[in-house]
Amino acid sequence: MIPGNLDDDEGDESRADASGEIRLPATLESSGPVPPKAEIVIVGGGVIGLAIAYYLARRGLTDVVVLERGYLAEGASGRNGGGIRQQWSTEINIRLMQESVDLCRRFAVDLGVNVWFRQGGYLFLARSQKEVARLQKNIDLQNRCGVHTKMLEPKAAQEIVPELDLRGIVGAAYNPTDGILFPWPFLWGYARQAAAHGVRIFTQTPVSGLVPQQGGGYDVVTPRGAVRARRVINATGAWSPQLAKLIGVDVPTYPIRHEICSSEPLKPFLRPMVSELSSGLYCSQSMRGEIVGGVTLPGHGSTYAMGSTLEFLATYARRLVRLMPILGDIKILRQWAGPYDQSPDGNPILGAAPAHPDFFLACGFVGHGFMMAPIVGKLYAEYLTGDKPHEIFSRYTLGRFSDPALAGQHEKEDFNIG
Amino acid sequence: MARKIVLCRCEDVTLADLEHCVSRGYADIEEVKRYTGFGTGPCQGKECLAPMAAQLARLTHVAPEQIRPFTSRPPLAPTPIKILAQAPDAHRFDDDEGRDPPT
Repeated sequence: MIPGNLDDDEGDESRADASGEIRLPATLESSGPVPPKAEIVIVGGGVIGLAIAYYLARRGLTDVVVLERGYLAEGASGRNGGGIRQQWSTEINIRLMQESVDLCRRFAVDLGVNVWFRQGGYLFLARSQKEVARLQKNIDLQNRCGVHTKMLEPKAAQEIVPELDLRGIVGAAYNPTDGILFPWPFLWGYARQAAAHGVRIFTQTPVSGLVPQQGGGYDVVTPRGAVRARRVINATGAWSPQLAKLIGVDVPTYPIRHEICSSEPLKPFLRPMVSELSSGLYCSQSMRGEIVGGVTLPGHGSTYAMGSTLEFLATYARRLVRLMPILGDIKILRQWAGPYDQSPDGNPILGAAPAHPDFFLACGFVGHGFMMAPIVGKLYAEYLTGDKPHEIFSRYTLGRFSDPALAGQHEKEDFNIG
Repeated sequence: MARKIVLCRCEDVTLADLEHCVSRGYADIEEVKRYTGFGTGPCQGKECLAPMAAQLARLTHVAPEQIRPFTSRPPLAPTPIKILAQAPDAHRFDDDEGRDPPT
């Protein structure tokens, strides 16, 4: 049993029935009709949608329905490596991630679920002076933001990870407060607390139509009935263009398959997430003891196909044993894949769609939606409940891609890995 | 009693764990896999999938044939990384030439 999942029964013994079994209301509804109306319908039960739902409920807006097409964690939120870092190349992403890390530190207490968050740091390895220069530029910016990333000589990197083969390594960037988490419990925690506040979460409920209503809002059509929603949020990740298309909105993101794998569980030995810039190799040791990692396979086009390849496993293995030869003896248990929601400039798309003031976007997170979700969910809920919008809502609009005045002006985030 | 019936030996998942999971609405076998961890150990479901599916069918009042197995993941059996590193299928990077991995 995943430890922590039974903790949430503490204090509920009085609700046990005569057989001693605990009967509590279900967090998820996988059958039965959807309600006829809601103030906000969030399409997509991944971490972005559930984080927004949770923070909306916390702010008192509980007339919210979440519609998940498949099972909970079916999309990228259930398929990612769980890395969470502040080592980014743009100031806004660094500052957002500082706040996300703070929220992750409090998550277990605030939401009552063990998310196996561990701040073991992130160690980025460079094999060329060009890569060192790229890391140094980012480090200078990170330091100015209060993130204490350091450039390390190879020998110093080996003190943190003794298993490293230093041949060919010329430098490393290390920030000790980056870390890893176990993705699935974030979804369970957000879902459970949102549901406890009155949010309804439906699984196995695909949206087949969005019918604009006179005076605003939409009828959100599903096989289990239609919900009349005052506002709709598109939090469907890599599937966002398909949902937006239902009302004729073009979202310029596209799905890119990224593969990943997990080893047998081992005694804890690997403190940081280790990543090599030249190949996009990354690996970390989860709190379950597994080595979870991937590598960048170039040249693959846009696809929703989520099959696994031997090419990935062979490439990952080849690069991993070169970097840490001793890992050659551990066994891979399973591999899988998930879609990055790739946006043109590496940054997300947020806020209402141009000319569609009741249709909101929360997509285009390019493989780092999970680590961004805590802070983005919080800021999104503040925005939707009338607070002064955070600058991400003016900076990361859908309109930035079609505004001729902004052509070529986008600040690009290029420090995406995996 | 349900706490003493082990359905997944690799990850120590009992019938009581499954009942708890289903009571929370995590009733799709893929959700059960994630919520309980069943089928994620060395056997990767080869041993536990059938008994788990049978109990899930009973608890959710679904005909057994309607419960499809969770997606099976390669490799077929746990495989050492050094074996995989020798597969000819690997992509070669610019800084990858002329250096074979140690065996």
